Amino acid sequence: MERSIVFAGFGGQGILFAGHVLAEAAMNAGAEVIWIPSYGPEMRGGTASCTVIIGDEPIGSPIVDHPDVAVVFNPPSLAKFAPMVAPGGVLIVNDSLVEAPSGRDDVDEIRIRCTPLAREAGDDRLINVVALGALVARTGLVPPDRIREALHAIVGKKRPDALAVDLRAFDLGMAAVASGPREAAGRAVAEEATAPL
Amino acid sequence: MTATVPAAPRVIYQRPARLTDVSTRYCPGCGHGIIHRLVAEVLEDLGVDGRTIAVAPVGCSVFAYEYLAYDWCEAPHGRAPAVATGIRRVRPDAFVLTYQGDGDLAAIGTGEIVHAAARGELITAIFVNNGIYGMTGGQMAPTTLVGQRTTSSPTGRDVRAAGYPVPMTEMLAVLPGVAFAARGSIADPSAIGRTKSYIRKACEAQIRGEGFAIVEVLSNCPVGWGMTAQESIRYLQDVVVQTYPLGVLVDRRSGAQAGSSGAQAGAARPGTPSGATRQAEPHPAGQEA
Amino acid sequence: MTTPAPVEDPSFSLAGTREPPRRVLMKGNEAIAEAAIQAGCDAYFGYPITPQAELLEWMARRMPEEGRAFVQAESELGAINMALGAGAAGARVLVSSSGPGVSLMAEAMSYMAGSEVPMVLINVMRGGPGLGSIGPSQSDYFQAVKGHGHGDYRVPVLAPSSIGEAMELVATAFELAEHYRTPVIILADGIMGQAMEPVEQHYRTPARQTAAWALTGADGREPRVVRSLHLAPEELEEHNAHLQEKFHAIAEHEVRWAGERLDDADLVIVAYGTAARVARTAIARARAAGLRVGLFRPISLWPFPSAELASVADRARGLLVVELSAGQMVEDVRLAVGGGIPVAFEGRTGGMVPSPDEVVEALRELDATGGPLRRRRVRRRPPIPVSGTGHLHPHEPMAEPETGHDALSIFGDDAWMPHWYTVPVPTRPTRNGHGRGQGRNGSAERRPDDEGGSR
Repeated sequence: MERSIVFAGFGGQGILFAGHVLAEAAMNAGAEVIWIPSYGPEMRGGTASCTVIIGDEPIGSPIVDHPDVAVVFNPPSLAKFAPMVAPGGVLIVNDSLVEAPSGRDDVDEIRIRCTPLAREAGDDRLINVVALGALVARTGLVPPDRIREALHAIVGKKRPDALAVDLRAFDLGMAAVASGPREAAGRAVAEEATAPL
Repeated sequence: MTATVPAAPRVIYQRPARLTDVSTRYCPGCGHGIIHRLVAEVLEDLGVDGRTIAVAPVGCSVFAYEYLAYDWCEAPHGRAPAVATGIRRVRPDAFVLTYQGDGDLAAIGTGEIVHAAARGELITAIFVNNGIYGMTGGQMAPTTLVGQRTTSSPTGRDVRAAGYPVPMTEMLAVLPGVAFAARGSIADPSAIGRTKSYIRKACEAQIRGEGFAIVEVLSNCPVGWGMTAQESIRYLQDVVVQTYPLGVLVDRRSGAQAGSSGAQAGAARPGTPSGATRQAEPHPAGQEA
Repeated sequence: MTTPAPVEDPSFSLAGTREPPRRVLMKGNEAIAEAAIQAGCDAYFGYPITPQAELLEWMARRMPEEGRAFVQAESELGAINMALGAGAAGARVLVSSSGPGVSLMAEAMSYMAGSEVPMVLINVMRGGPGLGSIGPSQSDYFQAVKGHGHGDYRVPVLAPSSIGEAMELVATAFELAEHYRTPVIILADGIMGQAMEPVEQHYRTPARQTAAWALTGADGREPRVVRSLHLAPEELEEHNAHLQEKFHAIAEHEVRWAGERLDDADLVIVAYGTAARVARTAIARARAAGLRVGLFRPISLWPFPSAELASVADRARGLLVVELSAGQMVEDVRLAVGGGIPVAFEGRTGGMVPSPDEVVEALRELDATGGPLRRRRVRRRPPIPVSGTGHLHPHEPMAEPETGHDALSIFGDDAWMPHWYTVPVPTRPTRNGHGRGQGRNGSAERRPDDEGGSR
């Protein structure tokens, strides 16, 4: 069984980083995983996305036509990826920047105001980690502690001072989903995925 | 022979050990043989014969490995400085030499020579400039003189169509990575002697770790130029040197004399005391005039 | 992860058991670079190009740390010729690039093949022709397998389909390069270069072989010349005969491939690299829909596993070739099976990747149009001759294989592992005391279930 997650937004929003943390966490949870960035000539400011595929067997196709989960941080990403999410999948939208509706009523759509939560954590750039918290809380794709470990491994190595802020942003993202209203059904991903992983 | 042999003969001239005793493929009157000999003499004098790895070009001197008994690597056309860089980087104890013609170094291989020089690779380039593609039948080279007739400039090099001769060594001399650059000639014994001293300095620059070094040697091509050997030598003396003046173009070696009249201001290597110097040789034609 | 109990009793040894290797997430380009360093690469020469730039960057940082040579060249021409020089001087050399740069390297590839200079070239393929795109592609198959430079020559081409396999193939490539004195190409693609996957940090350092031809300076011995020039036609023909003999030996001994779910397959996908991974997902979906599909995955693209594919085709009623190209390997597939079986093609170009559903659709079409099952009229093809000894002047003669033939496990289910994980492959002599099936530390042959519980 495989689950695919797409993160998309502007370059500089930490898109690739969020996917990296999720991939590292999944690996340490014993899963097979692949992380694939969109790599383009634009180093800053352009659109960026990455795909993470998590499975219990070596990952086959690295190309996903219908991701189970999409996390979108800006309007162009919503326009591109919202229609692609598999029916019954999860769509996490950065409500701080995206106003347009997704137009999907067959997915579990979660809108999170990422920026205030990131600011509350101590760094308003950490919208990616907030969203990652929401993703984990909603889908249970990996245990939260694995994400925390991954943040330790990836952030703590280079910027130990930033680690505490990252961990706080992650927890705030988790809490926002846990306490917030659910707008649609479609828990299939989380329930299925939690068990084998 | 009936002559009496002196008891203790003094050798004043002999074949250098690494110059092989074979007939070359070069045309009668070709200057390559002289330059091969100078290289062999200098490397023997400096005691680097046994650790020399040389890189052969594409062109008339492609067979240099048959005449000079070193380890050789054949390079694709123009790529000798890159090949030499690879050798240099993995064999720090080797003495690394490229031997290139003007088509090889000044046309197809400009990128490689410029960047090897810019990196200050510890290699010594012997650049034989006879202004023509000899091996392929005498076509125009980037170094062919304005107005000079070749098989691909049958009415003479026309600058409107073919541009101007490329002064490669002057161009390279401005690079801070170049420790020594000079232009010599094989036109007469004194020029040959000075050329040998340039080659020696260029080799010493490598041995002392001072940077890239190049010696351009003006040579003749009687067949390609459509001349007798003697005519070609006179052409070298009288005409070629007008475009390519002889002398040291830059000497950034430690201890080199700085500040002669032709010094290239601003070409000094950052962090090194000696600036660029140009020590012009007496112009052979000018002497006669 | 479990930690083995500490060994207290000196009479009791746990030799052969080991802690599961820790997996780390590595980007393909970086994993390949580190694998090369661990394989003993002495020198790297490169030039920036997407999608392989991280390989160059990794080398820029790591090679000086290891006291080895790194040069960012002025062009791919410069880089490959530096490799020529360093390789001629006996060093273990790596270069990497992508299509447009590899095209520039064609000249020196021919020189290196002609003058028999070992070197490993990584091509992280992108879309072409021309400047094309930076998206993943397999459109340099012809270039690698049939083409690049001028003259009569071939070079071994290895195609990994996972990052872990790429790391292993780097060591294999150095072995092949030095054993046969030839350039070797590893054909990866943009996804392989850019993706991150968990890898076990198993590294292998092939033993050095004496290079009695390498340029070291002619001190107390005859001078050596590394050259491809043989101006006399008779001499060049003789040199070519020697090269051809070598290529025949490579073709005999160095075929590599992996099969998956072939036991009952009557339709077979032939795909390598990233396309094989797409195929793998497509096969799972197609089987769920009732089609019996297997995968034949060439790992060596030259030598192409023609005889092995022909054996597989004898038991199938249709082949589907999937590539990230307009159809290049499909020509070799058709040559291998000789027209006796339908060979369909599914491919995308320009940096696009076929989706598993597209492949399933192509399988359905093949299923509808493919001929009857030919399983019962199997012709036994001669096995790949692996028992011949090479005559690889100036190498030592090829050793006899360790085991009999038929080790290539035509119907084994071992894709996604380098096939030597599971299959005793006889073809490589154990020159250096560790065969292919052994890890660096001389541990016993690994099996798939050693894979950290990943299966």
